[in-house]
Amino acid sequence: MSGFGGRKKLGTGDLLAYAILVTFAVAAVYPVLQIFSISLRPGDRLYSTSLAIIPQDATFKAYHTILFDRPFGLWLRNSLLLSASVTLVSIALASTAGYAFSRYRFRGHREGMYSFLMTQMFPATMLLLPLYVLFRQLQLLDSFIGLGVAYVATSLPFCVWTMKGYYDTLPRDLEEAALLDGMNPWGAFMVVVLPLAAPALAITALFSFMASWSEFIVARVILSRPNLFTLPLGLASLAGTFQTEWANYAAGSLLVCLPVVVLFIALNRLLISGLTLGGVKG
Amino acid sequence: MGSGRRPYRFFPYLMVLPAMAVMVAVVFYPLLYNFSLATRNMSLYHFQSSQFVGLKNFIAIFSDHTFYGVFLKTVIWTVANLVFHVLFGVTLGLLLDRPLPGRAVLRALLILPWAVPQYISALTWRGMFDYEYGAINLILKNALHLMPIPWLSNATWAFIAPVITNVWLGFPFMMIVTLGGLQSIPAELYEAADLDGASPWTKLTRITLPGLWPVLAPSILLGTVWTFNNLNVIWLVTDGGRPADQTHILTTYIYKAAFAYYRYSYAAAFSVIVFLILLGFTIAFMRSLKGQEARA
Repeated sequence: MSGFGGRKKLGTGDLLAYAILVTFAVAAVYPVLQIFSISLRPGDRLYSTSLAIIPQDATFKAYHTILFDRPFGLWLRNSLLLSASVTLVSIALASTAGYAFSRYRFRGHREGMYSFLMTQMFPATMLLLPLYVLFRQLQLLDSFIGLGVAYVATSLPFCVWTMKGYYDTLPRDLEEAALLDGMNPWGAFMVVVLPLAAPALAITALFSFMASWSEFIVARVILSRPNLFTLPLGLASLAGTFQTEWANYAAGSLLVCLPVVVLFIALNRLLISGLTLGGVKG
Repeated sequence: MGSGRRPYRFFPYLMVLPAMAVMVAVVFYPLLYNFSLATRNMSLYHFQSSQFVGLKNFIAIFSDHTFYGVFLKTVIWTVANLVFHVLFGVTLGLLLDRPLPGRAVLRALLILPWAVPQYISALTWRGMFDYEYGAINLILKNALHLMPIPWLSNATWAFIAPVITNVWLGFPFMMIVTLGGLQSIPAELYEAADLDGASPWTKLTRITLPGLWPVLAPSILLGTVWTFNNLNVIWLVTDGGRPADQTHILTTYIYKAAFAYYRYSYAAAFSVIVFLILLGFTIAFMRSLKGQEARA
């Protein structure tokens, strides 16, 4: 149905399609250009009524400031450490649990799947508040362990459902052949199934990475020591101290966006094929 | 497969165990704790010495008319967002499915709002809504010669502003889901329809949209729950409910009660109510899906 269009002449329908797509694309890109524009503004022109994307007297000074005069390196290290650990743990837990839910019918199967779905109904405060009170009593506030575990728990249900949905689309013949050849189920899973599930693994990784890389509200409650700040908290502190350093904030934001935007665009084909929530089709 | 292979009877349980252990520790235990908190009177002043008060918090919430106002706003917020997410997402997905030159570039650009971290987009939009220096009013004034809008100071506009922001944030997800769903519709259906001389409209309403539904339905369910519970966007765009706490939805209201006013037990009881509302909605939604499947 899709595929290569050939050299057909474009009709009015196509032109209309372009008009709509381009309008939305402009709307999608504009706020990001806006961040870029602010990051280039010199200090005395932060409040400007010009709509030009490249401001007068554009300067990269804010990038220099944020990288060398603010603890950006520390925030980056904290965020990378946290996001990488959360991603690894989420993938390990979701790929195994999702497989069992997809291939086996065991006691508690239904309840297990639904309990993961049910967690999505919790308002953020329903977890945040008890965790905060518990962590406060256990002296776990201001620790990466506490925050990391909270992140794994919030991203896990979506990851498990995504993995399960993707395994459902894989044919069973290959594993069955491997099992007949005398391989044990764990071996069949690791050697035969997991490599085939690469698209879903990539998406699971992307989601759990994104979730902790860009999370603000939970981190704000759990972390208060500045040397533990993640990138979101660090950037927000620029917007909060004595005066808002908008240009520095914008430059920092853009640096934070860059890796995730690149990943997202690079993986956008995978997103389409791998985002199989399954669910209804079971 | 399944239960046939005796020696590996415990294999599926072992596979599920680690994930379940994390969920029990970090989700289900705090959940129970939240229920117990909801029946006490813990606040900043009664942190170590809270007492059991039964349903007092729930009665306080239901007899206060703020609850109904905030609940109504939450419903409007959720419905408005979902309608536009689905409308824009499905339209763009269908358009991107046409073999247009340059669509890979368009798709990459259209996915951008999803890729940018939420708090950055929210704060950027907040800046763009500024009365004097924000890009939106500048465009309205300078390019379209319209009156500037008091986006953040008027209670109604201050509620529309985060809706616009969240529509922008959320449509790419539905677009990608649509594109994925379109791949699962067999091409033979379209070929058969072409042989029958079906119009593009008939093909859209009889093949494409019904074919998309199995993929869209779970996404709409999840989208509804996520939007209902969205804390980041409305909190950051309205700067914690400004003006004068007029722009809260349930989650931001609870967040403020808990972490600005330290009314822990009150907030916990409120969370339980929101959870029950969403649980009820989800069960109803899944029942109606089951009903559709049975009829189909």
